[in-house]
Amino acid sequence: MASKKESTFINMVLALLIVSLVASATLGFVYESTKKPIEDAQVNKKISAIKEVVPAFDNDPNAEMFLIEVEGGEALEVYPAKMNGQLVGAAVKTYTNLGFSGLIRVMVGFTPDGTIYNYQVLEHKETPGLGTKMADWFKPALVTDSLPKEASFFDWLFGIKPGSGGDGKVIVGKNPSQMNLTVSKDGGDVDAITAATISSRAFLDAVSRAYNGYMKKNEAIENKANPADSSAVNTEIKEMAQNKGGN
Amino acid sequence: MNQIKNFTKGLLKENPVFVLLLGMCPTLGVTTTAVNGMGMGLATTFVLVMANIVVSLVKNGIPDKVRIPAFIVIIASFVTVVELTMQAYLPSLFESLGLFIPLIVVNCIVLGRAEAFASKNNVLSSAIDGLGMGLGFTLALTILGAVREFFGSGMVFGFQLFDSNYGMLVFILAPGAFIALGYLILLVNKLNKV
Repeated sequence: MASKKESTFINMVLALLIVSLVASATLGFVYESTKKPIEDAQVNKKISAIKEVVPAFDNDPNAEMFLIEVEGGEALEVYPAKMNGQLVGAAVKTYTNLGFSGLIRVMVGFTPDGTIYNYQVLEHKETPGLGTKMADWFKPALVTDSLPKEASFFDWLFGIKPGSGGDGKVIVGKNPSQMNLTVSKDGGDVDAITAATISSRAFLDAVSRAYNGYMKKNEAIENKANPADSSAVNTEIKEMAQNKGGN
Repeated sequence: MNQIKNFTKGLLKENPVFVLLLGMCPTLGVTTTAVNGMGMGLATTFVLVMANIVVSLVKNGIPDKVRIPAFIVIIASFVTVVELTMQAYLPSLFESLGLFIPLIVVNCIVLGRAEAFASKNNVLSSAIDGLGMGLGFTLALTILGAVREFFGSGMVFGFQLFDSNYGMLVFILAPGAFIALGYLILLVNKLNKV
């Protein structure tokens, strides 16, 4: 075995210098070569979340994204979805800081009249098995049970019946203007997740933030109370896009 | 013969989790599901093998007094490579492992093997030792994840075996990790004595 280098000052400095140089060169190379795929992966994730929460569309919501200001905190990103030039819905990327472990980000899809079309939880740090149930809890059973789940062996063995929750927890397909978007414990119309009231409260806070912001920007449509009149919507969106570009 | 022994000792006899009790932070933290445990284990295996190879290659060029910082720089570089690659090509796994990937740097298994084995042995033995230890770690994390996932949510590798409403929530939460790990260590110690 070759003899080890002596621990002299010069040797130590040289060894660390060379190790660090090689390491940083390697990292620079890897960073450069993964930069593009990482960006693509993030955009893909966003697009698939948008696809999930709004009706079928044929435009590029990412390119038409605009921001709406809300009280206190960051602006919400709105991704309009259009089919043949007609607005069919919009995905709003919203957030709340009231989660059991802080920040939760949710993508909520609205149809032009403000009805919640669907939602997807993007980012959260809630307790696994409790708060994490929000990913499906507020959706109707049909959406959740699209996964192959029926009558597994153990269910059959122990005589377990699939859980049948009430309709009170569902927010998908409802219009927040016709309901109180808070948990039933606070006098609202939505049943909270069992043992995760704080997460539910936070989730609903995020959804109502998205709804309020979205509706404020779409007051023109609201006043006409005519979702079929899509030209107004388009002008509205175009104006917003132009304003954004002008800034 | 010796190399086979090098490889298999990490799997059961000197299993880093069940026998050496090293790297407990990721073990308890990420094993809420079997897939998470496996992903974490494989990421650690890669870092372990690469770090062992490089450390055994450069061991003679590095003076004793600065060997620990030098090893940590080497390990940290490989961890960052894994992190960036995973973020680019396996974004969903990266999201569920989250914070624990950068923490591989301070996983005592990696530094422990670099210090105790790779800095005293040749490249081939070191690579095999890293692979054996890494796979032992992966095995332990996968088993622990599967046990917790089964009792906690009625699933194994994402397949629903019974309705998740009847799962014992404690197994998904932190105390369940300690309970499950305790019984698994008991079982492995029993097996090792036979």
